[in-house]
Order: sequence, then structure tokens, then C-alpha cells
Amino acid sequence: MPKMTVDPYYCKGCGLCIAACPKKIIRFSENINEKGYHYAECYKQEECIACKMCYMTCPDVAIKVEK
Amino acid sequence: MAKILMKGNEAVAEAAIRSGCRLYFAYPITPQSELIEYMAKMMPKVGGTFLQAESEVAAINMVYGAAGAGKRVMTSSSSPGISLKQEGISYIAGAELPAVIVNVQRGGPGLGDIQPAQADYFQAVKGGGHGDYHLIVLAPNSVQEFADMASDAFDLADKYRNPVMILSDGMLGQMMEPVEFKPAKTQEEINTLGEQHTAWCICPNADGDAKHHHEINSLELDPSVLEKHVNHMYEKYAVVEKNEVRCETYNVSDDNEVLCVAWGSASRIVKSAINELKKEGKSVGLIRPITLWPYPYEAIVKAIGPKVRQVYVFELNTGQMLDDVKIAVEGRVPVKFWGKVGGIVFTPAEIQEKLEACF
Amino acid sequence: MEVIARRPETLTKTPFTYCPGCLHGVAHRLIAEAIEENGLINQMAGVAPVGCSVFAYKFFNFDMAEAAHGRAPAVATGMKRARPDMHVFTYQGDGDLAAIGTAEIVHAANRGEKLSVFFVNNAIYGMTGGQMAPTTLPDMKTTTSPYGRNVEDIGYPIRMCELLSTLVAPYYVERVSLLSPAEIIKAKKAVGKAIQYNRENRGFTFIEFVSTCPTNWGIDPVKSRDWARDNMLPFFKVGCFRDKGEENVQGVEK
Repeated sequence: MPKMTVDPYYCKGCGLCIAACPKKIIRFSENINEKGYHYAECYKQEECIACKMCYMTCPDVAIKVEK
Repeated sequence: MAKILMKGNEAVAEAAIRSGCRLYFAYPITPQSELIEYMAKMMPKVGGTFLQAESEVAAINMVYGAAGAGKRVMTSSSSPGISLKQEGISYIAGAELPAVIVNVQRGGPGLGDIQPAQADYFQAVKGGGHGDYHLIVLAPNSVQEFADMASDAFDLADKYRNPVMILSDGMLGQMMEPVEFKPAKTQEEINTLGEQHTAWCICPNADGDAKHHHEINSLELDPSVLEKHVNHMYEKYAVVEKNEVRCETYNVSDDNEVLCVAWGSASRIVKSAINELKKEGKSVGLIRPITLWPYPYEAIVKAIGPKVRQVYVFELNTGQMLDDVKIAVEGRVPVKFWGKVGGIVFTPAEIQEKLEACF
Repeated sequence: MEVIARRPETLTKTPFTYCPGCLHGVAHRLIAEAIEENGLINQMAGVAPVGCSVFAYKFFNFDMAEAAHGRAPAVATGMKRARPDMHVFTYQGDGDLAAIGTAEIVHAANRGEKLSVFFVNNAIYGMTGGQMAPTTLPDMKTTTSPYGRNVEDIGYPIRMCELLSTLVAPYYVERVSLLSPAEIIKAKKAVGKAIQYNRENRGFTFIEFVSTCPTNWGIDPVKSRDWARDNMLPFFKVGCFRDKGEENVQGVEK
């Protein structure tokens, strides 16, 4: 099953992946990372289609996509 | 090998090639043009790189890149061009890269003129670029020595990972003298030299090797780390000061009543004057610093004989080395200076007259 | 499960020091991927500039040099000439490349140095706090053009791709944008081609990225892309200006 994961270590919460996702299944986490950012997270993994749009747009190379 | 009659500018270029220098980047300027032209002619014949850069600034940064890749590399210029190179020289020193820079000095400031001068002593010895660093500065006084210094300069640069400047002048650059070259390095020796810095330089990963990530860099935003780096450089400089001081003594004896200090071209003229005075029974010694940094302070102190009543500094500038002589002498005897500027070279008769007035 | 997209090995584990949403990171990733895909990690070396990407030498996982401001093409020239068996690129911003380093880039291009130059154009000096760049748009306000860039006084922005395309030697010159996933996919192709040509030692390759500066423009990362699309792209038209490897080059849309 397709899956996207964000590494909170790299994420700066810019939101570009949220805007890029065609399925609208990425949001800011309620948690913050050690830099103080609300990092991005996928909250409906089952709807991910592994299109890589999030990976493509992420400026911090924080995203891994699996299929 | 037989002696060849050659201009200093050409001799140093030939000697650099024989020392294994296969990369040369520079921009034309008088009075060093024979050097860049010799390199343009000879580098292709030995499979080396000659590149006429768009500016002195670009040339010194090409040197930074090639030195960062661990290869013997040289640039040359004359005073105004050396000023342009100062940014790059500071970066090369900060990144601890080996490189050789030749300055064939001319009169300044500004565009000045194209006659010989020694007016870049401060720039070469006391800084030049920004930040805490030293160049190792070698000052020849003959075409032979100019040529010999090329291989010394590369050896010192490689040994200490520091830029070395050969501080020559328009007289030595343009003058022809017989010169005997050391044997040229073999291709095998050059290959070995080219790989001597692979522990830190820009170089390919050998197949099967663990990948390296070498950084050629002078930037460190953490003050404590930068402090450590600068202190490390100064520990290195302390070793250079201990091991690499060079000077020539001429006619120095306990009979000396005057001790001269002069470097480079100026020292040749002082020697002639000393020889004339000798005929009159007047004893004058000369200390000629060969390394301007590290400076031969101790040699000057040692050379002050029991009868010396005057230390006399002669330079083709307004007295830029004078302070260093005073530091060495520490008030033991009076220190005087006389020099010529604007690209005018003093004559032996003028020096003789100045010295005779001391007796 | 198979990993189909992940951080390339050609990037170190060090997080980028860029502001949130800054597209430098996308440009870095595209370059890193192209190097990985061309199998060049063992023969690659890069030169970092002065500016926001001054720390690029910490981010690429191979040998890197940090150059003085604007001098990266000269440093890269020295490196490539010293080690012709290696492949060298520079990474430069608009102040670095199009202002203080104009001579170095023009002459490296004119010599046809076998380098790739990656040029990030976001119309502003980022690191020093949003001053006017040579690429700042007419009437655009920055901290050193507080009343807007007055073209009568300071001139028009410099179009580097167009300028370099007047030279004979450059092998490949293309401007791309990083303002959406679709544009990034196009940019990836261009970067891949530049690195491929570099691997084959074909000549001088130049990629300009139209990018953003959310922090100094004062616009959030998502909207800053719209601002760039509306304001930068009409002046800095994307397209291929030179490709000696292709017979038919479309050229830029007029």
C-alpha cells in the first residue's frame, strides 16, 4: 500500500507539501519538532496514491514515499 | 648542467615547471610579463595548464581551486595586481592551502610606475589581506636565487599548507644573469606530489574506498571554533619561525663599525658600497634577510659586533622594513634609514656616501 | 514495500539552514539526485557561493569548496583544470553570480569550462536581509530600494541566461522554475541533462532556477510561488536558450 512519511527532524512546517497533495491527506501535526515547527504529517495513509508530489515539492527533503 | 643566460622572470617560471608546477593562472602586468609569456609557451609542452584569467581576482581564485585539489599551482603579478589578489590570498591562507605567488614589484602607490621598487614589504609581510595570517615571504637578490626559490617555495607551501610569496622586483625580473637549474622532477615524482594531499583535498574516491567529504573552506561562524582554527594556524607559524628563518651575512666581523640591513635588489647595491669602503679600510657588515617572514631578528642581534655604532637600513621604499630592524636591535645601537622611492634605484656611490658619513 | 522517493545519498544528513519554504532545498535535491542518477558521487565536487547557500558545502555528500563572493566559477575552473577526471559544479545566487561575480561567470562561460553552474534567482539578497539584487524587478521594494527599484537610476534586472547565450562557447543554457511540482519535474529534466553533459565533459552548462524568498518578500511559502509566477516569470521567461546536444531547440517563448 502506498505510503508517505515525513521525517520531523528535517521538516520546517512550510506547508508546500500540503498544498501539493492532490488527495489533501497531509496536515500540520499538533506536535512540534525540536526546532519548534508544527511538522507535516499524513493523516490518511490509506488514501495515498504515491504520486510523489509532496516529495517533489519538499524543500527540506524530509519526505519518503513507498509503494 | 651548464649555466644559461636568462631574465629573472623567465628563470623563475622555468624553475617552477621543473619543481613540478603544472598549473599556472595569471593576468598580464608589467614588469612581470616575461613570466606569464614563458608559462604560456612552456606549459603546453609539458602537458600543464596555462590559463590567462580575466583578472587577477579570478586568477588567484583559480589558484584557490587548484590548490584545493591538492596540486602544485602558481600565480604571478606585479604590485597593483597583487593588491587585487589579496582577497584570494587571505582565503588561501585561511583554508590552509599550499600555493606560490610571485610579486615582481614596481613603484606605487596606485598605478605608480613600472620601475623596480620594494614598496610592497608591508603588504607581503604584515598582512595584505584581511584576518590573522602570515605568508611565508622569500626575497631573492639574484636571478639564480629567484629561480632556486621556486622549488623552495613549493616545498614550504606543501610542508606547511600555507601560501608562499616570492617578493622580487622589476630589476630582478628584467635583468639577465647566468642561471643553473636543478634537475626537473620526473613525471613519477610529479604524480607523487600530486597525490600528497589526498587526505584533505578535493579528489576522487578510489573504487571501494569509503566515501570522503572533504571541505575546502575558510568560513566558521562559531567564534570558539574559529578561535581554535586561528590558534592552530599560529602554532604552525611558530614552527615556521623556529625552522625556516634564512638570511645572508656579508662581511660581518668584530671589526664592523656599521652594520647594514638590506633585502632583495637593494642588498646588491649595498654590497658594492661595502666593497668600496673596504678598500678605504672601513669595515661595514651586511645582514640580508632572505625570508622576510619569518624575519631573522636573532641574526641581526648576533651580527651587531662590539664596535658597531650604527645600524643602517637601506631599502627602495620609505623604510618599511625599518620597524623590524628596530624590533631586533632593541635600542642597543642607533638605527638609521635611507632609501629611494618612485621606482628610482639608488647607486653604490650614494650608499657609500651615506655610510662614510658614519665614520 | 519499495521506496520510490527518498533523501538521495548525495546529500549529507545535515538539515538545510534555509528558511521554511525556501526553494534552495528543492534545487539542492534536484542536483543531488542527478549526480546520484549519473553515478558520479565518487568523482563529483562542488563549489558553494557566498549568500544564503554559503553552507551548501555541508549539504552535498562529496568534496566541496567554499568560494569567496562571486568567485565560484574561477575556483571551479582551477579545480577542474587540476583534476580533469573529476566533475565540478558551482551553486550560486543572484547577488553572487550576477553582481559581484559577473566577470567570473561570463569568462568561465566564454572559455567553455567543462562545468555545470546552477544559478538560483529569487530577485533579492536573502542572507544579508533582503537588499536589492541585480535581478530585483522594476519597482520592487527591497531594504536598499525602499521606494521600489528605479530603473532610470539603477537599471533593469539582468537576465543571465539571455546574456550568456550571446556567447559562442556555452553548451547548454536553460531557465527553469521551481514554483509547482509540475515545474519541478521539468527542472529535474534540465538538471539531469546538465549533469549528464558534465559527466560527458561536453562543455559549459548553465541552469537558472526561478525561485522564491518567502522571508524577505514577506509572503508565505505557498503564496510566494504565486507572486513569483505573476511577477518574475513574465520578465525571466523559462525555456532552453542553448542546447548543442539537441538539434532542435524550442527557445524561449517570446
